[in-house]
Amino acid sequence: MNFFKRYKLDSVLLPLIGVGAFLILWLAIAGRVETRKTLDEFGDPVTKTVKTGLSPDLPSPAETWKASKPYLAEPFAKRGELDQGILAFTILSLSLVMQGYLIALAIGTPLGFFLGLSKTFTKAMDPIIQVLRPVSPLAWFPLGLVLFSSVKFIDGGGKTVFGASDAAALFTIAVCSMWPAVMNTAVGVRAVPTDYLNVAKVLKLSRGKTLFKVLLPATLPYMFTGFRLSLGIAWLVIVAVEMLTGRPGVGGFLWQEYNAGSYSRIILCILTIGIVGLVLDRLMSVVESRFKTA
Amino acid sequence: MIDIKAMPPPRVRRNYLELRQLNKTYHSPKGSAVIVNDFNLDIAEGEFVTLIGHSGCGKSTVLSMVAGLTSASAGGMVLAGREIAGPGPDRGVVFQSPSLLPWMTARENVMLGVSQVFYTASAAERLQLAEYYLTVVGLADSMNKRPAELSQGMRQRVGIARAFALSPKMLLLDEPFGMLDSLTRFELQAVLLELWKRQRITALMVTHDVDEALYLSDRIVCMTDGPEAEVGDIVPVPFERPRDRVAVMEHPEYYKLRERLIEFLEVHAHKKRRVSFPAGKATNTEAAA
Ligand SMILES: Nc1ncnc2c1ncn2[C@@H]1O[C@H](COP(=O)(O)OP(=O)(O)OP(=O)(O)O)[C@@H](O)[C@H]1O
Ligand SMILES: [Mg+2]
Repeated sequence: MNFFKRYKLDSVLLPLIGVGAFLILWLAIAGRVETRKTLDEFGDPVTKTVKTGLSPDLPSPAETWKASKPYLAEPFAKRGELDQGILAFTILSLSLVMQGYLIALAIGTPLGFFLGLSKTFTKAMDPIIQVLRPVSPLAWFPLGLVLFSSVKFIDGGGKTVFGASDAAALFTIAVCSMWPAVMNTAVGVRAVPTDYLNVAKVLKLSRGKTLFKVLLPATLPYMFTGFRLSLGIAWLVIVAVEMLTGRPGVGGFLWQEYNAGSYSRIILCILTIGIVGLVLDRLMSVVESRFKTA
Repeated sequence: MIDIKAMPPPRVRRNYLELRQLNKTYHSPKGSAVIVNDFNLDIAEGEFVTLIGHSGCGKSTVLSMVAGLTSASAGGMVLAGREIAGPGPDRGVVFQSPSLLPWMTARENVMLGVSQVFYTASAAERLQLAEYYLTVVGLADSMNKRPAELSQGMRQRVGIARAFALSPKMLLLDEPFGMLDSLTRFELQAVLLELWKRQRITALMVTHDVDEALYLSDRIVCMTDGPEAEVGDIVPVPFERPRDRVAVMEHPEYYKLRERLIEFLEVHAHKKRRVSFPAGKATNTEAAA
């Protein structure tokens, strides 16, 4: 009984209090619309609507809800390239993220293995990695455009299916999100207990067998921690990439709505990005914990 | 003094394992540390030899050189007429911590080695072999369990099964029971002895436990303290086999031997030079003769 009460308090009541406080704060600083009756310079009465408040342009929670409703009510609607339901945008963004992320893993995991296995390789690569790691996606994207300027795949109708900006988008996501996978894999390989390696040595396992039967399984828990963090970054980068390319997706939509002055939907986008990021992280945690048994 | 029955049968090779002037030196920027120097030992085929000495004297170092996991800085090692170069499954190693691969079941852990050594055998034969050894060590009901689901003692049983299942020329055991409580240790000593009796695999085992050494071995090799540790004394153990723990402990020789070992550890291990005992100087050559 006591446990139940406590459980309810901790997992329901406290988060609710947090959300409530957040909404109140939002409401407090959001702009309020006031209609004022004044006289103009000719003495005629006019009604003027003015926005007041700490941040006059910030829509209130109610306005946000009202403006977001059509996008939530028909989440898969497609009214135009940059006017779609929020889940339709999410799927577009996710598919781009997944492509970039898979490239990141395909390059990052072997790279991490080599770094973990060879001290010489680590010494050679370390300065490059340390320098490249903190670079922002905003900086990578133009380089991607330059690197892949000649990429152009055209379909039957003469329409570009995959051009330089697509390649640059994938490049940016991959190069930004790769590092946690690289670093954690390397750490995992270095942390393989000597005992396991001695077992492999005593049994004279071949290189392939040592890799797949000993090194890889022993490294998996670390690898998946890296994969989870990498996915988080890939999702973080998507907004920047979509803003820069103007591709349809949550980030592209956000940027468009900002330019159009519909600030309410920016908030919708931010919440969507946050929730999707959370869900991705949780999903990866589940996968990760499956490998933690080792 | 030396019980003939305790000695290996005469047709077996006396110098099955030969260690000649083994030396292990670690070099570091601060200088070099000579851990083991001029270590000489012969082990006959089918013999069970234990290595005792103070903590840190270099017992594991010697064992791991024989296993091929550490390279010798100087000296020669010959096993069954062949120079030892690097590790290999002809020497089954039982580590102090069982070092099972945690993502594999007990059976898979044993199978890993079996498949490696008996790659010409059929899958069914290999499986049978692995299961046979797991059954002998008393794990018939736990073959599908992963190490996390096994007790420390059960894990070490798997470790023993894994080593024996390779049918190695030699067994190398580094304090295999050091982490176990004394009851489990007794059980596992019996398991080890039983397997060893069946197969008579030449064994070299490191231990801290004088009673364990007396119960299991044909000869006990006492190492002097490091640095530059070497063989200080070799004590033949005359109890007839098969051995019974109680009978061994009631044997009139038991306490004499035990005292001799403890005296060595307490007094003589610290001396640099080789020591001789009033009971008869035991050296490599004499014990192997
Ligand atoms: N890689 C190394 N570099 C330098 N010195 C080492 C190295 N490995 C071991 N030693 C030293 O070698 C000596 C012998 O170590 P070893 O592990 O063989 O002792 P031991 O007799 O097995 O001890 P214990 O009974 O505690 O297991 C120790 O003094 C240790 O510090
Ligand atoms: Mg040791």
